[in-house]
Amino acid sequence: MVLDKEKVVRVRDTKFLDDVIEIGEKIFPEIDKVRTCIQCGTCVGGCPSGRRTAWRIKTLFQKAMIGLKEEVLDTDDLWCCTTCYTCQERCPRGISTTDTVRVIRNVAFREGYAKKNHLFVCSLLFKFGHAVPINEPVKELRKKLGLSELPPTVHSYPEGLKEVNAICEKTGFKEIWEKQWKKAQEAQK
Amino acid sequence: MEKGTGGTKIMAVESEKKYAYFLGCLTPNRYPGIEYTTIEVFRRLGVEIVELKGASCCPAPGVFGSFDLFTWATIATRNLLIAERQGNNITMTCNGCYGSLQEANHLLHEKPELKERVNKILKEATGYEYQGTVEVKHTIEVLRDDIGFDKIRDAVVRPLTGIKVAIHYGCHFLKPSKVRKQGSSERPRVLDDLMEAIGAESVMYKDRNMCCGAGGGVRAQFKDVALDFTAEKIQNMLDASADVLTTPCAFCHFQFDVGQQELNKARGTNFNLPVVFYTQLIGLALGMSPLEMGLETHQTPVQSFFDKLGL
Ligand code: SF4
Ligand code: SF4
Repeated sequence: MVLDKEKVVRVRDTKFLDDVIEIGEKIFPEIDKVRTCIQCGTCVGGCPSGRRTAWRIKTLFQKAMIGLKEEVLDTDDLWCCTTCYTCQERCPRGISTTDTVRVIRNVAFREGYAKKNHLFVCSLLFKFGHAVPINEPVKELRKKLGLSELPPTVHSYPEGLKEVNAICEKTGFKEIWEKQWKKAQEAQK
Repeated sequence: MEKGTGGTKIMAVESEKKYAYFLGCLTPNRYPGIEYTTIEVFRRLGVEIVELKGASCCPAPGVFGSFDLFTWATIATRNLLIAERQGNNITMTCNGCYGSLQEANHLLHEKPELKERVNKILKEATGYEYQGTVEVKHTIEVLRDDIGFDKIRDAVVRPLTGIKVAIHYGCHFLKPSKVRKQGSSERPRVLDDLMEAIGAESVMYKDRNMCCGAGGGVRAQFKDVALDFTAEKIQNMLDASADVLTTPCAFCHFQFDVGQQELNKARGTNFNLPVVFYTQLIGLALGMSPLEMGLETHQTPVQSFFDKLGL
């Protein structure tokens, strides 16, 4: 068998962690603490997701530190964290582990690695202003309970929905989503 | 009303025992019984709940926060802005909503440059900027700090004596503890005290602080993984002889209520641990009827719990 060099050689992007920190610092204080990770494994030890999936948060940080960008971003594992914060509470280095996962997921989303069902959840937000919109049986139940048929949320205030969409357009989020959403839908056809 | 005017501030002071209910998604759109019950329980305990008009998804901190944190923070701040313009503080029945709004409020306070960026977008999208005057409190905090558990104990007409409750605190009410400031995330007590105040017994079970499995977009993308968490938690609660599961988070409530039936279908299990929201347990203790709380519409039947209560 001929070895496919492309697949064996790990491509390293030594600037990857710098980029992650730069993005994260705009939202969270002290996100650069991830550089101080000593790979002790306390985070993985308490991780309820790691007990049943291949997700290992400390491995994510290790790979990010040595610049294995593709391996970090292009995987299902990254999306197996439930953001339960158990690891963030326990990290002896005081690293904002869960928040760092969210930042790295932001990079994945931006670079085209968003998951199909997640793109769908976004479409619900754009269309209804709710990730879980109302349905007919619940409308009936609301009336039966003496509540308004539609809750006093964006469901009752269409101008509010416009504002939510305007925000998503102005931040550039919608554009990033649209490209991947179209691709995902074409792939389905 | 102009933003940040004296009028806004005066109203905020007046409304000490008045909160705008941030509904989020799961509460109004899947469990309106939680919405109705919470408003009624608060009314009976002397706290007025008003509508928060035109709010959206919080948006889910582990979901939209995982896609684009800046957009997440800006939409969350729009929700805070509505409360500020109404002159109200905010309360809610979902840990995800609490997580988003409490954290956004905190981050804007910590990072003025983030607040500036968020407000620039908000000004363009809504015409207003958020000043930062709104307080975000989980309903647990309102019950504990504004009402007090002694007052709740005094109001009980139907003590839940002999009922073993498995409490699921949920992750985002307690954690990250540095931001939430709810005390120990490893040994929380507040809901145990509350359950005791209404006459129920809180049972300890293995891995009580473990996540329900639904958060962070895991339920949306890898439902079987989320359900695997749920199965483990339910089994641990059953092993401790729980009669009922309760949680202060509408999303966890959904995952446990619907998830048990999904598990039964997918894995042939026979999980039927009644799931009753924590304000619904208070409602029962205050004498509300199960019917007015919509309890019979939960996916996992609650009858065994009613039988035990003698209802
Ligand atoms: S607990 Fe903290 S220091 Fe230890 S491996 Fe995990 S992230 Fe690194
Ligand atoms: S936040 Fe994510 S990585 Fe950390 S313990 Fe929870 S599931 Fe595991």
